[in-house]
Amino acid sequence: MHAVVCIKQVPDTTEVKIDPKTNTLMRKGVPSIANPYDLHALEEALHLKDRYGGKVTAISMGPTQAREVIKKAISLGADDGILLCDVVFAGSDTLATSYILSQAIREINERERVDVILVGKQAIDGDTAQVGPGIATRLGIPPLTYVLRIDDVDLKGRKIRVERMLETGREVVEASLPVLLTTVKEANEVRYASLPNLVKAIRHEVKVWNKNSFPLDPSQCGLKGSPTQVKKIFAPPAREIKVEIIPDGEKAPEQAAALLAEKLDLKL
Amino acid sequence: MNSVSLSDYKDVWVFIEQIDGKISDVSWELMGIGRQLADERKAKLSGVLLGSQVAGLASEAFYRGADSVYVMDGPILKDYRTRAYTQGIVELARKYKPETFLIGATTLGRDLSGAVATELRTGLTADCTGLSIDPETGLLQQTRPAFGGHIMATIYCAEKRPQMATVRPRVMRMPPRDPSRTGEIVSEKLGLTEEDVKTKRIDFIEEVGKALHIADARVIVSGGRGLGEAKNFSLLKELASVIGGTVGSSRPPVDAGWISPEHQVGQTGNTVRPKVYFAIGISGAIQHLVGMQGSDIIVAINKDTNAPIFKVAHYGIVGDLFRVVPALTKTFRERMKKS
Repeated sequence: MHAVVCIKQVPDTTEVKIDPKTNTLMRKGVPSIANPYDLHALEEALHLKDRYGGKVTAISMGPTQAREVIKKAISLGADDGILLCDVVFAGSDTLATSYILSQAIREINERERVDVILVGKQAIDGDTAQVGPGIATRLGIPPLTYVLRIDDVDLKGRKIRVERMLETGREVVEASLPVLLTTVKEANEVRYASLPNLVKAIRHEVKVWNKNSFPLDPSQCGLKGSPTQVKKIFAPPAREIKVEIIPDGEKAPEQAAALLAEKLDLKL
Repeated sequence: MNSVSLSDYKDVWVFIEQIDGKISDVSWELMGIGRQLADERKAKLSGVLLGSQVAGLASEAFYRGADSVYVMDGPILKDYRTRAYTQGIVELARKYKPETFLIGATTLGRDLSGAVATELRTGLTADCTGLSIDPETGLLQQTRPAFGGHIMATIYCAEKRPQMATVRPRVMRMPPRDPSRTGEIVSEKLGLTEEDVKTKRIDFIEEVGKALHIADARVIVSGGRGLGEAKNFSLLKELASVIGGTVGSSRPPVDAGWISPEHQVGQTGNTVRPKVYFAIGISGAIQHLVGMQGSDIIVAINKDTNAPIFKVAHYGIVGDLFRVVPALTKTFRERMKKS
């Protein structure tokens, strides 16, 4: 069983702010983390390895500092990792990103057949949830999104059965392998790194692939390959509502509650 | 070689999401904004409806403003599967060349839109909160929050068509309904067999009555870190049951295991738009606000007068929630008895 997991390095969005004077992103000093949803995807891949044996390969597209998420993956139990890094990849929107990742996965598949590709349902910076389905479409394999549970993998029969988390319930779906899964955070709890794996990660030399390492059409990468462009960014508009504080929450809470109930009564 | 130019692409399309023959509200919400965009472009508004035995649903699209509906009907489309629906829409788009295509950002829509946009090699902007036409260029201006809502971004898709965007449910308003409106139905057949679709639905386990439906709730009573411990959610459960609400949560209680994730409201949880949202012991971090600031009325109960939640609330009580909430429950219970 060979699983490939795509992990994105993202800014910790709790820290990102916009400078109201210049309308630009203040990214200085904002820590980078592995996209939490992708760690759940990795955990699911490690579960598969625990159950069926085999190998987990982690890949990430990003600048050189994204090495850290590959090392993180190794520390959690991934066997191998590749960083896709080239200045030509910079500025890629989701279409260009899915192109680059799918070409890398094709190359990995050439060397060692890939059975399952796992990605998190979305990245916490872009929040688009588009790259997963995009990769699957380009590779001509089924995307199964919002996966809550992998029920069974039949490697010989080339089938997989999963449960997807939809708005009104859980859908049980069977698909042929190879397949791409996007996972929700409710799927699992990300494990702690074991000491041996932590040591392995520290020693691990992250393989780096640039634009010449695998078949790529540069016109489909970076800004050139991105049909969408950000025209402008701005701070969210300030709300005009001024709050009506109902007295007196500290000295007479029962009274305040009664006043509030009266104001809400018509609306409820 | 026959080259297609941008001016060959016309009209606004809206995906009509149907599940077991029931059309999701977001389809009509998008029909509303779609009508505005089409009018500005002096173009037509069309619905796109896929399914099995669904042609009869098309008339509602006319009542909501569509000029025409493209229908693809067949047993292979009965339950949503990415490959079948993607292929159908891609075939329609290649043949009829829409300029703009809107899809509701439901689990189905988010699954479908990424696949369609990739197949068509076009641009897709997810979770737009604003859509308008640039008066100078005629391009679709797609505005959405990013970085957890800390910034707003306006995105263009200048050179590829259709310009695709998804919008979450309850972001756009429901348009009026005019049952006298009619329109044209264009039927097409999907060029795929069952063998081509490599996935199969085995079962569907309905989970009604759980907080899985929080996105549709009319009243939400949400708790945050200020509750202190898991058992204090019982205070909120009581209030919610008296006023007919659903219990919600900010992220910290979910992370701490006080309540399960489906109750979570916010950037990594659910986006909600209830009539009334109670934020109890919730400070009002931006990641939470992003999920609930569309609520009609926001009520904040917090002991910290400087909590950011008071900047977005309509009503607020500064005080001890352990006294205020039971008092609220008691008051509402008495009011219910009287009426």
